[in-house]
Parts: sequence; C-alpha cells; structure tokens
Amino acid sequence: MVTLTLDRLSARYGRRQILSDISSPPLQGGQVVALLGPNAAGKSTLFRRILGLLEGDGEARIEGAGSQRPVAYMPQETGATAALTVYESVLLARMQGRRLKVADADLQEVDKALAELGIDTLAGRDIGNLSGGQRQLVSAAQALVQSPDILLLDEPTSALDLHRQISFLGILRQLAQERNMLIIAALHDLGHALRFADQALVIESGRLVDCGPCGQVINPHMLRETFQVEARIESCSRGRPQLIVEAAI
Amino acid sequence: MTIETRLDERESRTSTFMPSAGDEGNLYRALVIRRQVILAALSLALFVSLCVDLALGPARFGLDQVVTAIFTPGAVDNSLRVILWEIRMPVALMALVVGASLSIAGAQMQTILSNPLASPFTLGISAGASFGAALALAFGVTLIPTLVDYAIPANAFFMAMLTAFAIHLLSMRRGVTIETIVLLGIAMVFIFNSLMALIQFFASQQAVSAVVFWTMGSLTKATWPKLGIAFAVLAVVVPLLARHGWALTAMRLGDAKAESLGVKPRRLRLEVLVMVSLLAAIAVSFVGTIGFVGLVGPHIARLLLGEDQRFFLPGSALCGALMLSVGSVLSKMILPGTIIPIGIITSLVGIPFFLFLILSHKKNAW
Repeated sequence: MVTLTLDRLSARYGRRQILSDISSPPLQGGQVVALLGPNAAGKSTLFRRILGLLEGDGEARIEGAGSQRPVAYMPQETGATAALTVYESVLLARMQGRRLKVADADLQEVDKALAELGIDTLAGRDIGNLSGGQRQLVSAAQALVQSPDILLLDEPTSALDLHRQISFLGILRQLAQERNMLIIAALHDLGHALRFADQALVIESGRLVDCGPCGQVINPHMLRETFQVEARIESCSRGRPQLIVEAAI
Repeated sequence: MTIETRLDERESRTSTFMPSAGDEGNLYRALVIRRQVILAALSLALFVSLCVDLALGPARFGLDQVVTAIFTPGAVDNSLRVILWEIRMPVALMALVVGASLSIAGAQMQTILSNPLASPFTLGISAGASFGAALALAFGVTLIPTLVDYAIPANAFFMAMLTAFAIHLLSMRRGVTIETIVLLGIAMVFIFNSLMALIQFFASQQAVSAVVFWTMGSLTKATWPKLGIAFAVLAVVVPLLARHGWALTAMRLGDAKAESLGVKPRRLRLEVLVMVSLLAAIAVSFVGTIGFVGLVGPHIARLLLGEDQRFFLPGSALCGALMLSVGSVLSKMILPGTIIPIGIITSLVGIPFFLFLILSHKKNAW
C-alpha cells in the first residue's frame, strides 16, 4: 500500500517563503485526507511541491507506489476552451508520456473514469460548452484516469451544487478504499471534511498547524486560531459531529 | 439501436453496478474513423489539385497525360516529361511543402501561445524573415558569415528566429496576457515594415523591384534543390512535433493543467517555437511572404478535425498544402498567360471562404 510522508517540506517563490518545514506522519493509502487552511495558506503550493513541480528543501517521500507516475493532481479549474470533446480531454490526460497510439485498455480507462464520476453522458460535448461544475468533474476524471496511487485535489467541490458535492466526495471516499488510493483534498467546507475525511492536515502561512484524525484536529481552538471563527462541534441527533459557526472574529 | 434498447442497456448496467464500458468508447471510435475519412478526403483533394496545377501552364495538358507522366514518366513523350518534371513539378510541390510548413507553424504557434491570432505572419516572424532577405537582396548583407551562398534564406532564418525569441521572452514575463503578445507581434510587423521601407529608400531601383517582387510571394522561384531543403526541414520537424503530440494537445487546456499532467510548458514552448520558426523561415525565405495560410490553414483543420494533435497536425499540413496548391491553380487561371503572385491570391480567395467557415460553425474553440 502506498504511503506518503512529508519530511520538512519547504518551498519558496523567489525570496518569498511559501512553505516551511512541513512534516507529517506517514499518510496511508485507502484514506481521504483533508488539507485545511485559510486562503493563501500554501495549500496549492504544497500540492505542487508534492507533485515535484517546485523545488525546495525537504522531501515528499512516496513508498510502495505501483506506477511510474504515482501522483495525479487536479488543479483549481481555470476554464480553458479548446476544440476537444470531454472524452478527448480525459483521454489526453491518460496518454501523457505514452505513445501516440491509443490502446483499447486506455479507452476502457476513460470509460471507467467518466462512469465513476457519473459524467459519461457528457462524453461527446465540447469542453468549451460545459458549466463550471461539469468542468470540475471532467477535471477530476482527468486526474482519476491516470490510475494514480496518490490523488491530489485542489478545491474539487468549489463549483459543484450541494447534491454533486456530497455524491462526489462520497465517490472519492469509496474509490480511496476500493483502490487503496491516498486522496488529499484541499477543502474549504470543514463540515465536508468532518463527514468525508479520515485525517486532516491544517496549514497556515506555510506552516503546519496540526495533523491527525479529523475529529481531533477540527476543534474550537484550531478554528479560532487558524480560521478566526468562533465555532463549536456538536453531535446531531444521529450522533454525527456537526460544525456550528457562531461568528467571525 | 432504438432509444428504448439503449435505455434498457443503461438500466441493466446500473442494476448490475458495472461501470459503462464501451458505449462512449465506441462513440469515440466512430469519431476517429470520421476524422480518418476527412484526412483521406483532404489527401485526395490535394492529389487532384496537384494534377490540375501540373496540367495548367502555357502548354495545357490533359489530366490523364499528367497522371501517366507522374506514375510512368517513361511512357510519355519527351517534351511533356521535361515540362512536367523539370519545370512544373518543383513549383507544384513547393506549393504543397510551403503550404504545409506555414500551416503547421501557425497551428503550433496558436497551440503553444493559446491564441487564435498567432501565425508566422501576425507575430512578425514573416516580416522579420522578409527584412533579413531584403538585406541580402538589396545590399548583399550576410547575417551568418559562413553561409554566403545561401545569404537570402540564411538571413531570413536568422531574423525570423530573432523575432521568435523576442516574442518568447516577452510571453514568459509575469502578467503578460495573450493580447500583449499579439500586440508585440503587430509592433514587430510595423518595425520590420519601416525597416523595409528604409532599405527600399536607400537601395537601387533594381534591388527595390527585387525586394517588392520577393515580398509578394511567388512559387516560381522554386527549384529542386530548394524544394529538397524545404522538404527536409518539414520531414525532420513533423516527427519531432508528433512526438510531443499529447503534450501539445494538453497545452490547449492551459499551462496549469498541462503542468499537472506532467508537461513542462516553458520547455515545450521554447522547443516548439524554435522548430516552427525554422519551418516558417525556410518556407518564407524560398517563396516570399505568403501571409494567409499560416493563420487560416490551422483554423480550417481545427473546425474539421478538432485539436487532438494526432489529427490536427496532419490536418493542418493538408489544409495548408491544399490552400496553396489551389492558390497556385487559380494564380494561373485568373489571367491566362500571367502567373499572379500567389501571396495575393491566397488572401483574396481564402478570406471569403474562411469567413464562410467560421460564421457557419458554432464550435467554441477559443
């Protein structure tokens, strides 16, 4: 099973230090990790650093990976248009670094990725004619189709309606368990994190605040210090933890 | 298949909880076949155009004679063979090679700069090449000293590369939008036009007419050795571009997305810019400024075939080659006995056709 260990990970853009000394215990495959933090905390930079797009001190150690390119990354959606269908845009994500010739197995992987996210009906649409939410799901399919061991998702639900947010995160959780995949998702909705993530990694101003099981990490103290809101966690009538936000500080 | 059976199938699929394997894949396969048919049709049209181009001239031949002379040169009489193979063939083939080169250059500039207006002409690369060539034509200046024998193409290439690098450097700066890059291209065109005017002001009467004729673009300058060089460059560059096929397709999704898929956008952009500048410079230096093909060839290919480089790259080449070949035919037909410079024809005839294409399609590629 794949494990990812962050060991004193740092990154800088020019002189500006974006990440300093981020370390984590080994994060195991099969679980969903929520990456939490306020705006500009360094979440995207952390993803880029794990992916190897940025140089810096420290390392992101990946052990037990089954594939050559173990990490797939879904960046925040930028809304590009091109004369490509949804199917083609997912296929091209699958084919990066491979030969020009497309094998049947590759087409099956594309079919599978589209079906798993429930967007197979969009296959023939031009990517320029999609709504924001549809784009986001296509973008997720582009990451998933690479059959990664580790899947990094940067605010994957920001454009989705409530129904799709819940079903998408549910699908991710299921896929993580089925494929022993480690999923790290930057989320702004801490309620979603409480419900769908096993672990949480909280960063602020490029430094690690806390890392551990979601139920422990998301607490009133952290919410006050990091997110600057007065909030409490209470169990609902069915015993699930619920986040209740009182006010911004 | 009726809608009901499709629905039934979908239902049985969901009931057994199997991901749908094959339905979308089959639709995609059908799309691939349609594109292969389009590519084949373009190739056929290109062959027909080539034959017509060869048949036309001061001495007119029948298409059957031309086809016979192409495939079995020994079976036709001597004068026909000489006219066809020694005089018309290099010109007709140059139209194909130059058309393909310019169109591919435009296609990849549009791809790597994510800009529908990018082409060797609008980015000033053709103008730069013209300036370099004019320096050699008017004053015998050689920018690359070791290449005195090929002063015109060498100068053209040198200036084209200089322009390309200037654009590349600017596009790498922070906060530079694609509009800025196009503006820089237009600025380049104006700078080189002024410099050309300056050259013409100081040059001799004879040199001026040489420069003017050169800038109109004419295929009649084609010879077998020039054709050989232009074809060799094309033959080297196309496989190199094809090798980056998937990465180039990914570039159309934006740098951030391409990077997340493992593409290195900056390196790829530089590499491709060098290759397509070479293509454009060689083409322009041998036949002069032919503006329209590099901009429109790729747009037609995109409308017909989409932007998957496996189809877009050969499609652009075929569209460009076909446009210039048809242009060559028209340049002989409009005023019998006179060959109008092809640069004039391609723009005059191509623009209405292009307008018809973009206005009749609803594709949202940009």
